[in-house]
Amino acid sequence: MSETLGQIFISTLLANNLVLAMFLGLCPFLGVSARLNTALPMGAATTFVMVVASLCAFALNWLVTAFNLEFLRLISYIVIIASAVQLVEMVLKKYSPVLFRALGIYLPLITTNCAVLGIALFQTAREYSFTQSLTFAVAGGAGFTLALLLMAGLRERLRLAIVPNVVQGTALSLMLAGLLSLAFMGFAGLGSGG
Amino acid sequence: MAMPGKTQRSNLEELLEGIWKQNPVFVMVLGMCPVLAVSVSAVNALSMGLATTFVLLGSTLLVSLLRNVIPKEVRIATYILIIATFVTVVDYLIQAISLAVYDALGAFIQLIVVNCIILGRAEAHASKNPPLTTVLNALGMGAGFTIGLLALGSVREILGAGKLFGNALFGPEFQPWVVMVLPPGGFFVLGAWLLLFNWLNSRKTKATTLPPTSLPSAEGHAHV
Repeated sequence: MSETLGQIFISTLLANNLVLAMFLGLCPFLGVSARLNTALPMGAATTFVMVVASLCAFALNWLVTAFNLEFLRLISYIVIIASAVQLVEMVLKKYSPVLFRALGIYLPLITTNCAVLGIALFQTAREYSFTQSLTFAVAGGAGFTLALLLMAGLRERLRLAIVPNVVQGTALSLMLAGLLSLAFMGFAGLGSGG
Repeated sequence: MAMPGKTQRSNLEELLEGIWKQNPVFVMVLGMCPVLAVSVSAVNALSMGLATTFVLLGSTLLVSLLRNVIPKEVRIATYILIIATFVTVVDYLIQAISLAVYDALGAFIQLIVVNCIILGRAEAHASKNPPLTTVLNALGMGAGFTIGLLALGSVREILGAGKLFGNALFGPEFQPWVVMVLPPGGFFVLGAWLLLFNWLNSRKTKATTLPPTSLPSAEGHAHV
């Protein structure tokens, strides 16, 4: 892989945004994006888990390949992610109980956030080097946070709007996500050609 | 311990729950990442649905068999390990059966691990019920998920490529609505399906709650 770090960063942040172009991490995207003040910490927590998971996955992948145990890759990734989430949970509980309660069930659910596992799997599939993996994880987390913030801002505005009853709830959020995704398609090709 | 079937729900109810009343895609809106990502064509949707059903069946059966052995404190971790094992199996299986499908689905096969439906079923159903009802329930959920995927995949394939299961439906002058096979199309089509279900539900509740004299007006849903 000869992609430069800048290319990886821009393409993962905008053109191939995890949420809006790759459909990863939709559950928290739709679940936590109702308010701006929970969207940012959620994005930060997810980004942190992504970076930790990505680093561990890089080491694990090397280990697993060295011992010819590729079939254990998926299982070991999941275990790593679960422990990283546990770590974040303990830290948050100790230093910011308010935030801990605000995030609620969505915090342990980072374990099953496909964006986190997606980062680990894609970096393996694309054979990224160590620095490339790190950039990929940071950009992925930033992209996730960006999508979450945009969505939360839009939804806070929409709460004041008059919407037909049947469209309310998930249907409305999905339509909104579709429009956002359409807007992000304008970035297509950015960071891929160089 | 839980009595088999009779005292609770009938086996048929158990099976039908996932297909209609608790459909994972349209009612519970769970596990949407694979739903939106692979539903660009009906074939992809079908293979993803079948793969997920297989994992769902295998892992819930195992969880149900082991439900009295697994300690409460580490149950989620155990479930995830069981699920990951089955996903690894299905990953190699698809690779062996069809490389084309494997390439089309890409990382999303492995991402079945983090599909909330499976963990949700393991935790909410399999951990409390005997193997038979669990298998029926998982079968229904899997079928419901596959139906949801197919509903999405076929609409997107018809609108976005003018085909269904790869067969052209329209003449050569058909202008494909390309955005439907691109990411935004996934959001729009799922949103539209949910809209349809909401609308049907609201009509049904309105029909039952309103007195028979007042006709349900056509734009009755338009006021907040």
